[in-house]
Amino acid sequence: MDNSVSTQNSLVSVQNLSFSRGNKKIFDDISLEFERGKVTAIMGPSGTGKTTLLKLIGGQLFPEQGTVIVDDNNVHRLRRSELYNLRKRMGMLFQSGALLTDMNVFDNVAFPLREHTHLPESMIRTLVLMKLQAVGLRGARDLMPNELSGGMARRIALARAIALDPMMIMYDEPFTGQDPISKGALVHLIKSLNTILGLTSIIVSHDVQETAAIADYIYVISEGKVVGQGTPKEIEQSESDWVQQFMNGTADGPVHFHYPAKDYVDDLLSTGKRYS
Amino acid sequence: MIELLQNLGKNTRTGFTKLGRGTFFLLQIISGILSVLPRPRLLLNQMYSVGVLSFLIITISGLFVGMVLGLQGYYILSDFGAEETLGVMVAASLVRELGPVVSALLFAGRAGSALTAEIGLMKATEQLSGMEMMAVDPIKRIISPRFLAGLLSMPLLAALFSAVGIIGGQMVGSGLLGVDEGAYWSQMQANIDFQDDIINGVIKSIVFGFVASWIALFEGYDAIPTSEGVSRATTRTVVNSAFSILGLDFILTALMFGDN
Repeated sequence: MDNSVSTQNSLVSVQNLSFSRGNKKIFDDISLEFERGKVTAIMGPSGTGKTTLLKLIGGQLFPEQGTVIVDDNNVHRLRRSELYNLRKRMGMLFQSGALLTDMNVFDNVAFPLREHTHLPESMIRTLVLMKLQAVGLRGARDLMPNELSGGMARRIALARAIALDPMMIMYDEPFTGQDPISKGALVHLIKSLNTILGLTSIIVSHDVQETAAIADYIYVISEGKVVGQGTPKEIEQSESDWVQQFMNGTADGPVHFHYPAKDYVDDLLSTGKRYS
Repeated sequence: MIELLQNLGKNTRTGFTKLGRGTFFLLQIISGILSVLPRPRLLLNQMYSVGVLSFLIITISGLFVGMVLGLQGYYILSDFGAEETLGVMVAASLVRELGPVVSALLFAGRAGSALTAEIGLMKATEQLSGMEMMAVDPIKRIISPRFLAGLLSMPLLAALFSAVGIIGGQMVGSGLLGVDEGAYWSQMQANIDFQDDIINGVIKSIVFGFVASWIALFEGYDAIPTSEGVSRATTRTVVNSAFSILGLDFILTALMFGDN
């Protein structure tokens, strides 16, 4: 496959990707398409390598096999400087927010602008305040990251991610650990930013309701394979046991409640290892 | 027995892989230094936290080491009736050996451990990864300025240590024990050679600063991104720096002073 693979209307296209960590196969020959201007969600239980997928798309990790095409660039064939130029157009929202802890909110949002542009400080100020206004936190500009709640930190990180006006944003578990109000705010923000700024969004999440509410298309992955895909409605009506278990949150099903172990009775009766 | 051999082989292999990663990391740091030069603010901020904040520990330790040298030197030298040369003895031991070595050990404990913990925690909280995704190279933005700051601070701290130590020796020697003050300073001036003693001491401290900063930054960057991983990395920084500094000191001393 050469560098100029263009796939219909996709901004990001993952083709036949395989990746393992140690002996564990995280992705086994999966292919995903992310359409321009749409919100596409990747869902699946924790530990299925959803964050890893985002790092593969961002070129931070290398796949064993397969290609990742972002805006007609083969991410893993790019030279370092080309990859960095591409990343300027890709925003990513980390689960922790990943704000720089030694600077305040304003400087955090200004960081990418100061690193990548030679704009005068007055222009940077205007831009930063606009981005902060968009996430509703213009008043919090002087706070330090350790003074922010989890939800605020994520919104600041979102303001930072859109600082350079990217073409896409990748959200890593945006709703995890948020109270209902913050969740609602984030759902609203992701959807409205996507429409207003004409972004392409990729959301990685296991929060079924929130994600289904804003996604245009959903991939459900488990054990390195795509087990279901479609619009939220199609997913809801899916006949796959697996998808049903995930969407309804049933404890036992194709994904077992118990971690693989030897027979329970045998285990109780054996002496076991002694720890001192 | 077989297990012992297996472990030996495994440890050697992981040791060499780590050395390789460390060397590669060092090359990246050095190539990143060029992009620090147009941004002196980054360097100055780091000089402050690596260098200026180490002032207190270096000054106090230097003072006490100098005072002890004054006491010990006086008792030995006075046996030979040579207490006038106390200044030479104090200054020579500080400038050649104790200044660079002890201040480097203190530097590794004070600044090195802080660097490792800082970088390790930045890694654990995804700040480094986040920077990469913002198309900012963390080596250039975070690591290289800190390396350069350590490299520049170390000789200055060692010089401060020696200077304060010499004053401490004088305080004890002529203030407390009655060595003639004029003799203390003039003997020192006459017998301490700029090239042989002072420059060699400075070279030592630059080498130690280089090694201590490299180890501290690499351990942080290479740390397992958990609280346990960072704590282990911090310990390794102090232990490995101490070994490297003392080992290199022997080699450097042998090279510099071996032929006379």
